[in-house]
Amino acid sequence: MGVTAIGASVKRTEDIRFITGKGRYVDDFNRPGQAYAYFLRSPHAHATIDKIDASAALKSPGVVAVLTGDDIAADKVGGLICGWMIHSKDGSPMKAGAHPALAQGKVRYVGDHVAVVIADTLAQARDAAEKIEVSYSELPAVVDTAKAASPGQPQLHDVAPLNTIFNWHIGDKATTDAAFASAAHVTKLDLLNNRLIPNAMEPRAAVAEYDSGIDATTLFTTSQNPHVARLVLSAFIGLAPEHKLRVIAPDVGGGFGSKIFIYPEETVCAWAAKKIDRPVKWTAERTESFVSDAHGRDHVSHAELALDAAGKITGLRVHTIANLGAYMSTFSSSVPTYLYGLLLSGQYDIPNIYCEVDAVYTNTAPVDAYRGAGRPEATFLIERIVELAARETGKDSVEFRRQNFVKSFPHQTPVLLNYDIGDYGQALDKALALADYKGVGKRKAASAAKGKLRGVGVSAYIEACGLAPSKAVGSLGAGVGLWESAEVRVNPIGTVEVLTGSHSHGQSHETTFAQLVSDRLGIPMENVSIVHGDTDKVQFGMGTYGSRSGAVGMAAISKALDKIEAKAKKVAGHVLEASEGDIEFKDGKFTVKGTDKSIDFGSVALNAYTAHKFDGQELEPGLKETAFWDPTNFTFPAGVHICELEIDPETGVVTIDRWTAVDDFGKLINPMVVEGQVHGGIAQGVGQALLESAHYNSDGQLLTASYMDYCMPRADDLPSFKVDTIETPCPSNPLGIKGCGEAGAIASPPAVINALTDALGHEDVAMPATPQAVWRAAQKAVKRAAE
Amino acid sequence: MIHVSMAVNGRPASGDVDPRTLLVQFLRENLRLTGTHVGCDTSQCGACVVHVDGRAIKSCTVLAASCEGAQVTTIEGLATNGKLHPMQQAFQDNHGLQCGFCTPGMIMAAIDLANRQGPNLDEIAIRHGLDGNICRCTGYHNIVKAIAQGAREMGAAGTRQAAE
Amino acid sequence: MYAFEYHRPQSLSGAVADLANPDAKALAGGMTLLPTMKQRLASPAALVDLNGLRELAAIARGGDNLVIGAMAKHAEVAASKDVKAAIPGLAELASLIGDPHVRNMGTIGGSIANNDPSADYPAAALALGATIVTNKRRIPAQDFFKGLFETALETGELITQVSFPIPQKAAYTKFRNPASRYALVGVFVARTKDGVRVAVTGAGQNGVFRLSAFETALNANFSPSALDGLSVSADGLNSDIHADAAYRAHLIGVMAKRAVAAAG
Repeated sequence: MGVTAIGASVKRTEDIRFITGKGRYVDDFNRPGQAYAYFLRSPHAHATIDKIDASAALKSPGVVAVLTGDDIAADKVGGLICGWMIHSKDGSPMKAGAHPALAQGKVRYVGDHVAVVIADTLAQARDAAEKIEVSYSELPAVVDTAKAASPGQPQLHDVAPLNTIFNWHIGDKATTDAAFASAAHVTKLDLLNNRLIPNAMEPRAAVAEYDSGIDATTLFTTSQNPHVARLVLSAFIGLAPEHKLRVIAPDVGGGFGSKIFIYPEETVCAWAAKKIDRPVKWTAERTESFVSDAHGRDHVSHAELALDAAGKITGLRVHTIANLGAYMSTFSSSVPTYLYGLLLSGQYDIPNIYCEVDAVYTNTAPVDAYRGAGRPEATFLIERIVELAARETGKDSVEFRRQNFVKSFPHQTPVLLNYDIGDYGQALDKALALADYKGVGKRKAASAAKGKLRGVGVSAYIEACGLAPSKAVGSLGAGVGLWESAEVRVNPIGTVEVLTGSHSHGQSHETTFAQLVSDRLGIPMENVSIVHGDTDKVQFGMGTYGSRSGAVGMAAISKALDKIEAKAKKVAGHVLEASEGDIEFKDGKFTVKGTDKSIDFGSVALNAYTAHKFDGQELEPGLKETAFWDPTNFTFPAGVHICELEIDPETGVVTIDRWTAVDDFGKLINPMVVEGQVHGGIAQGVGQALLESAHYNSDGQLLTASYMDYCMPRADDLPSFKVDTIETPCPSNPLGIKGCGEAGAIASPPAVINALTDALGHEDVAMPATPQAVWRAAQKAVKRAAE
Repeated sequence: MIHVSMAVNGRPASGDVDPRTLLVQFLRENLRLTGTHVGCDTSQCGACVVHVDGRAIKSCTVLAASCEGAQVTTIEGLATNGKLHPMQQAFQDNHGLQCGFCTPGMIMAAIDLANRQGPNLDEIAIRHGLDGNICRCTGYHNIVKAIAQGAREMGAAGTRQAAE
Repeated sequence: MYAFEYHRPQSLSGAVADLANPDAKALAGGMTLLPTMKQRLASPAALVDLNGLRELAAIARGGDNLVIGAMAKHAEVAASKDVKAAIPGLAELASLIGDPHVRNMGTIGGSIANNDPSADYPAAALALGATIVTNKRRIPAQDFFKGLFETALETGELITQVSFPIPQKAAYTKFRNPASRYALVGVFVARTKDGVRVAVTGAGQNGVFRLSAFETALNANFSPSALDGLSVSADGLNSDIHADAAYRAHLIGVMAKRAVAAAG
């Protein structure tokens, strides 16, 4: 294998600028004459806005403009949209309340956007914002997911009675009920999937500039998918037609889903820049990020699992209430439905599944996709209840899993998905060996001798990712196609630019995509540059989320490379005076079969542009190809994570002692990068399980609005991880890639909680299992053991 | 406005600033040294860590005026004559970064840690030493490896104080 | 931040003169003051930057006392040979404040003057019976801390030193707030020639306090087991999203025992 070939752990090209401080993030951009935007946000969770008096603010030094919902309405700027239509079980469409970029008459969560002040300096904008007098009439608020749809609760949107957005379902209720009626054992479990705040380290930001000479706007924004942002800002919000709106997402400092969405702030900046004819810059302070970035998770569920007398799972019944916050964010409706209900079969052969999901509005920040998006919620549910069922029936939970694994492929689940390939037993065996699972008993005894409680927890997860195919997602309600595009431009001296619709905000595309091109074309990696994140350069693209850049984005590049190779063979045929069919391409050289006549890739490129050897219209000059790739199925990464931890029962402090992960991501392009993705995902999952929670009080005030109270995983909260893989190549894309971006966050929360409950004598503990919660559970466990 | 002057990455830097200007604002906005980042407003994330007179500090929580006469080193000042500092190299070698946003502060904190605790840092010392730096991408695993290597190589290369 | 005037006095008398303005505030390490100002929760008309007064940073042993200058940074206290030799528990406490970068800026004087109910130094000051020395007078620690963020300091009064009597034994044990790294519960135990003193920070609704029942038990028998069976009342303790009063009360007992064990 070459040092930069597919499968090699090549060091990252992009690192050089990041480690020398030369990364270019949105806040690093400044435009001549720019003004600064400051958003006046609602201090109330729910209130009508009776009057906004900005007269004093307008007189404040440096102020250029104060704009409100009235201005945005007068300019006929459209509201923000949710781009995935969900129908309730009665066939009615979801009930989406209007979502203006600046509030019109009512605010619905703390942090809602009341007005924007634009001034010469940020300090002046902020000073002036304090002079805006807003008369609110406070309304009662509802924040509790479980209660939001109850009669008598405050109502957020007139279009959505009982705060209910939809009552969705999937699966066959009748056959599932029948399975439960004949079950030998039924396990029941209530679960909370805690609300999280994504916290990419780079806060969201926008810089918008309007050029009146050409009537066009350029928006620098922290986006995972600049083309989708342009599409929404153009087609739905109506700021400018697409060809008059350029969206640039330069280096972006992490996303984890939160930068997929089109938010009020960048919308307002782009609109205001034209209105005041001056560049406008906004950068979130972290506290603004906490209150206004889309949050994640927030499910309340009841689950039941039916077993026959032999311990075979015969049915799963689930009811979930999903909190979508005060407004429907861009893809919010897809998360607790198709990204959740479809995954409830896990790695198991479950013949009957029925799942109902009620989505509700509350007076909290909008909730949308966060790393894993629906799949962590499904995995948490299935891996907790499978563990519990094994314990209740006195079975070894590992063997219970193995007994119920899907063992032959393809496998059609009762919830739409068709698993194409996998080997769940192999991943399990490998993980158990790496984790020294057999030695757990000895280690538990050693911990007990120190007065500590040790537990081990297994999580066998599956996810559907590589989000695509367009036809499938279209039939499920997506407002967009989920293909990806690639353009490969070969320059006359044989260097290559790849323009991709994927966007890297930590995923290492500049390296891994270049590895693919280098490997395929036999040229050095440094001769390849990856261009992304600019709608004026890349024609179109769907962006990066749902672990799709490898399986969909690279597959598009691969398809374009096929075309490049085909065209290059024609060029080589002309140059070598051989027929195109006789040309072989290998290791960067075109050779006439059975001869030593050959020409290297660079010379073919040069000949493609000199075109001296082509006759007339027979062959077009140049070497540039475009491809759109739309796969035939989702991909199904799967694996096993094992968490082993120790509890100090005196304090409730949990120390994760060892973590083992064995994942099946199909073919790997760069194992170093893949492992890094797994590490980060595990950390976020451990964060969910032990540390992180967005906590609103009953008045709708966010109590965890800074790092003083929202507990981010730090280095000493985590161990080093043992990460390995198995490989069953994905059949639905030419590279065999399944995707690895979300696996860690999906797999890890139930591994932690299963380990905790193992240590605590099966005493349940909710996420996040803070020291206080673990201490209480340990007290109960001790008391119960004594009884 | 008040006048401040200091040495940044070995070069004199001065300007007239509003007294409320933070060091990070002076670096980013006046000097256009945008490698130092702001990731929070409560002095926790560490994306803004720079060295002032040889000590790592959070540049979002110190006034530029307080640094009058100080020697300031930022991420841009680490590489010399095109050669990366051993800690920078270690971060690349070990895939100690993904999105890169926390990385400048992480590297500045790591160099400070090695300066204080020497070239042989074990995992526990490194993890404790990162109390003031948050990364959301890497799960810290590769950062810990990177810092162990970087500290070792700083020791070997005698670059203990090279950052200053 | 709101606008303010900036002063950087070169002498203590200059600083005191600048602080005569009741709307001026002293800026030491700034680790609490500046974040508070950034959030616009404080709006001093003037800041008097003490960072020019390095003479206030001296650490020295004088007879039976360890005297730490108000501008000594946490990292300097943690690393000081004098502190480690005289009161190792105090060096340990300083090494647990915030994070390394905060410790490189934050000062003992700033921490004590701020009297944050979750700060660490007030526990040491109270348990060790420290004397807070100002430009005007000497204030015993028990008279200095006056509840949440309140102290005996008057306008224009500036802490110059903190003088700690050297105890026979002392240790600090901290249960950190996992998010902020402040003390959720911190217990400083000191055995002095005048008896044992136990001070608790992070837990009390009125800030740092002493625990006389524990002191009595430890005076009789300075060992962790002396605290067996003693419980702490949850009355008057903080409850928040990280820890309710009952859990804090429990942690006080656990941390106290561990501190006694660490003191040896």
